[in-house]
This record gives sequence, structure tokens and C-alpha cells, in this order.
Amino acid sequence: MVRMKNQIQSIAEKYSNDRTRLMDIFWDIQDLHGYIPHKALRVLEESLDISTADLRETLSFYHFFHESPSGKFNIYLNKDVASQLKGHEAIYAAFETECNCKFGSVCMDGTFGLFETPCIGLSDQEPAALINLVPFTNLTPQKVKDIVAALRAGKELAALVEQYGYGDGANQQIKTMVCSNIRQLGPVFGEKISTGEGLAQSLKSTPEQVIEEVKTAGLRGRGGAGFGTGMKWSFCRAAKGSTKYVVCNADEGEPGTFKDRIVMTEYPEQLFEGMAIAGYAIGAQQGILYLRAEYKYMQDYLEGKLKDLRAKNILGQNVLGKSGFNFDIRIQFGAGAYVCGEESALIESMEGKRGTPRVKPPFPVEVGYLGCPTVINNVETLAALPYILKNGGSWYKGFGTEKTPGTKLLSVSGDCEKPGVYEIEFGMTVREFLAMVGAKDAYAVQVSGPSGECINAQQSLDRKLCHEDLSAGGSMIIFNKDRDLLKYMRYFMTFFVEESCGICVPCRAGNIVMRNNLDKIRAGHANQEDLDNIFAWGQIVADTSRCGLGATSRNPIVSSFKNFPDLYKKLLDEKTNPLYDASFNLEASVEDFDRALKEQNQIGRNVHA
Amino acid sequence: MAEQTASNKPVVATISLAGCFGCHMSLLDIDDRIVQFIDLFELNKSPVNDIKKFTKRAHVGLVEGGCCNDENVKVLRYFRENCDVLVSVGACAGNGGLPALRNKMPLQECLVEAYLDAPTAELGKAIIPYDEELPKLLDRVYPCHEVVKIDYYMPGCPPSAEVFWDTLTSVIKGQGFDLPVELIKYD
Amino acid sequence: MPKITFKIDGKQCTAEDGQNLVEAAADNHVYIPTLCHMKGEKCLGTCRVCMVKVNGKDMAGCTLSVSEGMEVTFDTPELNDKRKALIEMLFVERNHFCPSCEKSGRCDLQALAYRFKMHIPRFRYRYPFFEVYSKVDKLMLEHNRCILCQRCVEFIRDPDTNRKIFSMRNRTNKSMIQVDYRLANKMSEEQIDKAVAICPVGAIIKKGQGFDEAYGQRKYDQHPIGYEVDGGTNSK
Ligand SMILES: Cc1cc2nc3c(=O)[nH]c(=O)nc-3n(C[C@H](O)[C@H](O)[C@H](O)COP(=O)(O)O)c2cc1C
Ligand code: SF4
Ligand code: SF4
Ligand code: SF4
Repeated sequence: MVRMKNQIQSIAEKYSNDRTRLMDIFWDIQDLHGYIPHKALRVLEESLDISTADLRETLSFYHFFHESPSGKFNIYLNKDVASQLKGHEAIYAAFETECNCKFGSVCMDGTFGLFETPCIGLSDQEPAALINLVPFTNLTPQKVKDIVAALRAGKELAALVEQYGYGDGANQQIKTMVCSNIRQLGPVFGEKISTGEGLAQSLKSTPEQVIEEVKTAGLRGRGGAGFGTGMKWSFCRAAKGSTKYVVCNADEGEPGTFKDRIVMTEYPEQLFEGMAIAGYAIGAQQGILYLRAEYKYMQDYLEGKLKDLRAKNILGQNVLGKSGFNFDIRIQFGAGAYVCGEESALIESMEGKRGTPRVKPPFPVEVGYLGCPTVINNVETLAALPYILKNGGSWYKGFGTEKTPGTKLLSVSGDCEKPGVYEIEFGMTVREFLAMVGAKDAYAVQVSGPSGECINAQQSLDRKLCHEDLSAGGSMIIFNKDRDLLKYMRYFMTFFVEESCGICVPCRAGNIVMRNNLDKIRAGHANQEDLDNIFAWGQIVADTSRCGLGATSRNPIVSSFKNFPDLYKKLLDEKTNPLYDASFNLEASVEDFDRALKEQNQIGRNVHA
Repeated sequence: MAEQTASNKPVVATISLAGCFGCHMSLLDIDDRIVQFIDLFELNKSPVNDIKKFTKRAHVGLVEGGCCNDENVKVLRYFRENCDVLVSVGACAGNGGLPALRNKMPLQECLVEAYLDAPTAELGKAIIPYDEELPKLLDRVYPCHEVVKIDYYMPGCPPSAEVFWDTLTSVIKGQGFDLPVELIKYD
Repeated sequence: MPKITFKIDGKQCTAEDGQNLVEAAADNHVYIPTLCHMKGEKCLGTCRVCMVKVNGKDMAGCTLSVSEGMEVTFDTPELNDKRKALIEMLFVERNHFCPSCEKSGRCDLQALAYRFKMHIPRFRYRYPFFEVYSKVDKLMLEHNRCILCQRCVEFIRDPDTNRKIFSMRNRTNKSMIQVDYRLANKMSEEQIDKAVAICPVGAIIKKGQGFDEAYGQRKYDQHPIGYEVDGGTNSK
């Protein structure tokens, strides 16, 4: 007891008893104990000067934190669509059989804990699971059997991974099952560039000139919203405050997206260099990489890269000899929450709180991390900067379309021959895209993940991937004709239901309302009015929600209806007397009663006592 | 539309399902307007006059209480088929009301608690009552509009006599009704 | 403070520059309904009932500061329907059995539902299971009625340490308010009364105090909600 107290106190001291570092503190405690014991909270209460209730507020928000003892090996199986398309069900069953426990619980002897999680950024090599956050990809029931048996037999987790990565085996320091699957590079990421070139070029100019260059390039954020990067930087540069921050959003939570993963494993130097460029431009000395817990396996690798960069003076004091420009980067881990990808929720999380999106205004460029002006950019946005600054803004603007210059990394998964990452120029047609990835029989494509659009592949062949037409955020999940599309749309609604932070009414309550109506439709119990209601209610949720999650949660239903109306219309109930509600089933409603009579009156303890 | 009656008066029917008859009491609480009521409306199937079966189609059916057993469902459907306009009356019809407090737990738990584990249950002899004649309980209490289409709702537990009066007189005129704010109460 | 002018539905209003819209509207006798905002306190932005339109865009009124020439659209059928829908979502999300609720007649949620003439929510009731939390000596948390507005979380703090007494646990529809048992047991009578009073619904209940005002005499039996602001002119 005293020992635990000391342990916890020293963990807290490691972070200067700073409550804003609560995420790190929880991770350290969990690494030590396998979970965060109630007693630890009592210690933290005094060390950090916040109440237990306050600590639990953060603790209970994140998927990966455990409040009760977890397994020696915690298995997080991806339940997302990409996994479902590749046989998730059989893997799910195999884990339950082999570990001898149900998902959502820890087995009797405490060896295994089975949990489900949304997309873990491995959609190109599903089914996949994280075991103590180490990725196991391309699972089969046999592999599951072998893995579980080996672990039970006492084999080390690390010993189960034999392949080398990243760079598809090129990197001999790292053993991982994760393949990069880069299928095609374009003019930007395809260019060989030496580390530090772009930054060196930037340091020759003034920060204002760097911002101008980025504006000239027409670079827009690659995290989804597509806000002009140069513009965002100029707001932050102009904002009052001597301390500013650059934050890289590596939360990559949109189902089906994994291109940021590839940037971080294949282009980490460019990413960190890009953060330094941003830091120089806005006048920040500190960069933070907010990395999702699902990518914790990259920790040592990325820390190693940061060390190299410090050795090369690309990070550190007087960067590349530029006197007065100091810049360094630290990695901050999340703990499993899609909404933490929303920039203000991300800041809250970095401050050790629940991932609740903030009330805006003020925006992060004015009041961000620890109240200071903060630029938040996506991984891909930042990694493109060294190329832009080296070659010039107009070079970059030469690619893509007039309104959407540049190139884009796409994460491709689902029913196609060549899943993986592709760098394309904006403006590529859907026809070209499908041919490129080997999708011969595409029926639907979920473009930009559930918050994007479910398009009818064959009717959209001439649509272009760019902001002015079909906005491509990164995720592209392809469905063949034989797939039950509405089943996946239902999953996406569940995703939004489960990932809603719960702070605002429309998103917390409204997503469920929409999903219930979709269920009614899929059960064949809905009429035209139920169908109309989904859209009316979806509009209300979108208009009144606090953040982008609620603003887009209706998209799976709205876009699939728009592009596949017959899928819905053929399910409408036209047989039931319109005066009755088809979802009420009298026979089914009395089953519980019959069962209660049978169980209690015949074999009931009182009768036979 | 219901056939015009000889007296040409609109026909009203009422029923109490899983309710406490409080709503009916409130209807009868319209004081001297009860005379007016008899002048204006013809009452068909209702517990008030004990007419068991519809003898003619009704213009308006007033339903008190939600559905807690299979008989409630059958009666409600019978009403729906025999009334042009069906009004859900009171908290119970609208959201299950007090009986729906049981909706939070499985039926079996409720029955065990009520009949087997209750302090007054005779040990070893207690059973969950059942007989062919008794209706079967539903897994939960359903508001009426989850079973049949409902045209209007009167809030209140019970709705005040004014609400009944306002509703009936405007529904009969074929108008929707717009209760003044002061009359809307949920308790 | 310099005064500025702005408009709500065309009505000319004056306010201090940067004043919170909901409060500025109230000073100009326009009642913008809210379930979470409290005068003079920081904006919570959780209930979304105060939706208005500015420059054609839906915004939560409590998050806005008024500025010279600002034009706010507030009272339109579309916006009123949105507000009503949000209130209806709250009614189906938990178990609101008003006839057996201590707060009935002085509950803001109920009173707003009256104001928007809700007869029945358009959504299906969900009847979730929530246990009443009664471990604290002097108060109870009736989760069945909580609307997660965050007032108790933000505005009730331990006076000695300024630590949170109430907080939110879990996320999505599993979110619920929890109390710090030890700190809650230290709460003074006045602080408990304050918690009960700021809770817009009957979710924070003081033990030993039940239905202490007669039917017909309660706050919203006298006047509809917002009456003190608009004198009843806008409640239709
Ligand atoms: C619910 C939600 C999730 C998001 N997830 C991510 C994410 O995982 N990665 C990301 O870069 N941006 C994400 N965003 C967008 C960010 O809020 C923000 O716009 C972006 O990080 C800005 O970077 P950019 O300008 O470089 O795109 C998300 C937004 C919302 C509303
Ligand atoms: S609504 Fe109230 S008065 Fe009417 S039946 Fe139900 S409990 Fe009785
Ligand atoms: S909290 Fe308000 S709305 Fe909920 S039951 Fe009580 S009085 Fe009714
Ligand atoms: S307990 Fe009351 S004050 Fe606290 S969040 Fe719930 S409704 Fe709001």
C-alpha cells in the first residue's frame, strides 16, 4: 500500500504534479498495474489537487483506460467495416473460443481480456487486432489459435512478431506485422528529398514569407475540413501571446483511414521538419504530436527519429544555426476516442481532460493549448511542407485542380485487388480511381469515411476527387454488389453513437434516434413517414450539434439514401394496416410473460421449496 | 366518416386500458357542462354507460392508459378500427405513465418481486397468477402510439376538464386543437 | 461601457459591446430559452436550445457575443421546431414521469416543453435503466431525470479546495453525473440548496424534502417560463 502510494506519487512528480499531464500519468499507472486502481486516484487527488470525481471524469472517457483489473494480455479486435469485409466474425468467434471468455470481459485466470474497438488504422490488412497495443494483422482463425496458445504457453508477445518493417521490411531495427502497402507515389511524396532541406530553405526567409509561400501553394488542411493552411497560420501568428504551439493531429480516427500511419512510419523526418517549419512561421517553440493510442507501437521508433533530428540540429536550440529559433517536439498519447480528432477536443485531451469539443469561439489559433494560440494541422498537411518550401509554392500549385491544388494520400480498403496507400493528384476521376486500385466490381464507395459520402460507384464514374466535387479526406472503402450496404451504414451510425462525447443533446440523443429509425426500416417495419423523419431529424442534429461529429453523423444514411434510394424503398412496409404500427408484435411481446411463468411457476424456488 | 346519427350528434367512445380511471374522472369533472356534453355528443362504447361493443362507428375515441397486456392491445386496435379520430388521453396513454415505471426492468424480475419474493407471499405456495381468462402481460408497458396510429394527445395526469372540453369541441369541428399554454400540464 | 445596437428578428436592441447574446436579449425583453446557461456564468453550450441564426448560420445563442449591427434571427417556425425537438429528445432519453417528480411545476425542462406546446415527443421513449444514487447523506441523484446540462459540474465546487464535487463519467448515452462522495458529504445546507436550485430538472434532490409546494402554487403554475423576461408576450 505504501509502495503503491510512493509509486503513484513519483509518477505524478515525473510530470511535475501537473494535472494537464493526466493522460501521461494514467498511461504510466496503467503500464505498471494493468489498470488504474481506485487507490491510485486517492493518491493523485492530493498530488494533483483535483477530486476523485474529476479524475474519473477523464478516466472513464477513454476506451483504452481500465478502471478495473484487465487481462495480462488485452486483445482489442477491430470491429470496423474494413474488418467486417474481411471476415471479422470468424476471428471474433476464434478469440472467444481460444481465450475462453466473451468480448467485453477478462477471462477467469486473468490472462486475456477481450475488447472490441473501432478502426485501428490497419484497414488494408484486416482482420487485425492489437494485443497489448502490438498489432497483429491479416488474422485467420488458425493464427488466432496459434497466438493465443503461444501466449498461454508463456511466450513473450514480442517474440511472436518476426517480420521486419517499416518500409516494407527495409527497416531492420523494427519488427512489426504492419505492412506499409504504398501502392503508388506521386510528384510530392515520390520526390527524394534530404532531411532538413525544406526547413533550411524556410529559415532563409522571414516567417511571413514562409506563410506567403504556403498560401501560394494553396495548401489546404488534409484532416477533413480543408481549411487553408497559410490562412490558419497567419491568424495564429497575429494572435496575441508570447507562447504558441504547433500541434500535429495524428488521431487518425476516421474509419478506413490509415494514410497518416504511413506518413509517420515512412516520412517521419518530413513530418517533424514540417512541424518545425510551422513553428518558425507562427513563432512557436514547442510542437506536440498527438498520437492515437492505437499507434502506441510506433513510440520507440518515433522517439528515435526525434533523437536523430535533435542530433542533426533540425530540432533543438538555434535550429540549423538560425539563432533565436528554438523548436522541439514531444509526443502526447491519446487513449482511444475518435472525437479527440476534433481539434478543440484534442486540446482538452492534451490538457488531461475528457475529449469534449470546446465551445467556439474562441478558436484554437487564438486560445488553444494551455490557453495559448495554437495551430493544429493534420499529419499529411505538415509532412507536405518540406517539399513545398524546398520547391516553392507555385511548384505545388501546379498539381491537382485549380481550386484544390496538390496531391492527396488515399487509404484504400475493402473490395479491391490492391488495398493500400496511393498518392494521387486532386482531380482524379472515380473511374480512374477504381481502375487504379483494381476494383472491378465496385458497387459503392464510402468516400472520406462515415462522415463523408457513400457514393454509387457506377453512377459517379466521372465525378472528380477534389473539394469542388467529391471531397476526399483520405478514407476510401469499396463495397461490391453482394454486400448488404445498409448493414454497414448501420455500423457507421453505431460508430457515431458510441463515439459521441455526450456533451450536447442532439448528438448524444439524436444519433440514437436516427439509428433506431434505420433499424425499423431494415426490419421492414417502417413506412414513408419513418423514412422522411430520419432526414428531418438528421437535419436538426446536424444544425444544432456542437461539433463536426454531430454535424456529419447523419451522412451515412443521407448519402446512401440519396445514391441508393431503392435499397430503402424496397424495405418499406406496405402490407400492414396503416392504422397499426408494424413494429409492434403482439406475439413477441408476450413471450417474456410465458417464459416467466414457465421458469418461475414450474421450476420456481418457491413452489418447490 | 362515421354515418350521421339520427340525432346528428357526433359519436364519442372512451376506454380505460392500463390507467387508473383518473382521466375518466376528470372527464366527468366538467361540472355543469356535462349537460352540454349530453346535448352535443352521443356516447357510444364507454365504461361510463357500460356499452360493451361499438353499436356504430365513432367520430372520436378517447383512450386512457397505455398497453400493459394483450387484452389492452386488442381493445386498442378495436378502437382504432371503429373510431375516425383516436385521442391518446393522459400521461399513461402517452408515455406509459406510472405503470411504465416497470419498463426499466425485465418483466420476470417484476413478477418475482411482486408475487414470489414479496413479504406477503406465502413461502412455498406463492405462484405468479395465471389463468386462461387472465390477460397476458406484455414485456413492457407501451404507449398507445407505439401500437396504433394516434391522431391527438391530451397531456396531463389527468388532463384537466378544460383540456377535455377544448379537445373534444375542436376535434369534432374537424380542427386540430391548439391548447393554450396554461392548460398544458404533465402532472 | 459603450452601448451598441443590434437586432433580434428586426427588433432594435441595445446592449454592451460583447455582451452575451442570451443576456443581452433578456435585457431587451426577448426571452431566448436555455436549459444550461446561467446569467453571468461561463457558457456551457450543452443543451443547444438557444439556437439562433446569424448570417444564415445556426449558432447556439449562449456562445455568441453581441456586436454593433449584428442581426439575429430567433423566433421562426424552423428554429422553434428545432428547440422543441431538442427538448423532446431529452424527454425520451431518460425517464421523465412528471406526476411523481418532486420538481414538477418548477422544472425548466417541463416548463419549456409547455412553452413549446409539446403534447408528446415525436421520438420513441427509450426507458433506459438508471438507479437512483442515494449514498450521500443529504442528497440524491435521480439519474432518470438528469439532462447532463453540466451546471452542477461547473458551478458547485468544494469551498475549501475548489475541487469538483459533481462530474461527468463515461461518454455518449452512457454519460452520467457522478458525485465525489466525500466532498458531497461535506456540503453545507446552503450549498445543497444551491445545487438543487440550479439543477434545471429534478435530478438533484435534497433528502427529507419532497413535494413542498402545493399544486397550483408552484413557480411555473403561476407564470410560464420566461415570463419575467418577456411578460408572456412571446409565449404562444
Ligand atoms: C469528429 C472529428 C474527428 C476528426 N478527426 C481528425 C483526425 O483524426 N485527424 C485530423 O487530422 N483531423 C481530424 N479532424 C479535423 C480537425 O478538427 C482539424 O480540422 C484538423 O486536424 C486540422 O488540420 P488540417 O487543417 O491540417 O486539416 C476531425 C474533426 C472532427 C469533427
Ligand atoms: S394519466 Fe394519470 S390520471 Fe390518467 S390514467 Fe394515467 S395515472 Fe391515471
Ligand atoms: S425533471 Fe421535470 S420533466 Fe423530468 S419528470 Fe421531473 S418535472 Fe418532469
Ligand atoms: S444533475 Fe441537474 S444540474 Fe447536474 S447535469 Fe444533471 S440536470 Fe444538470
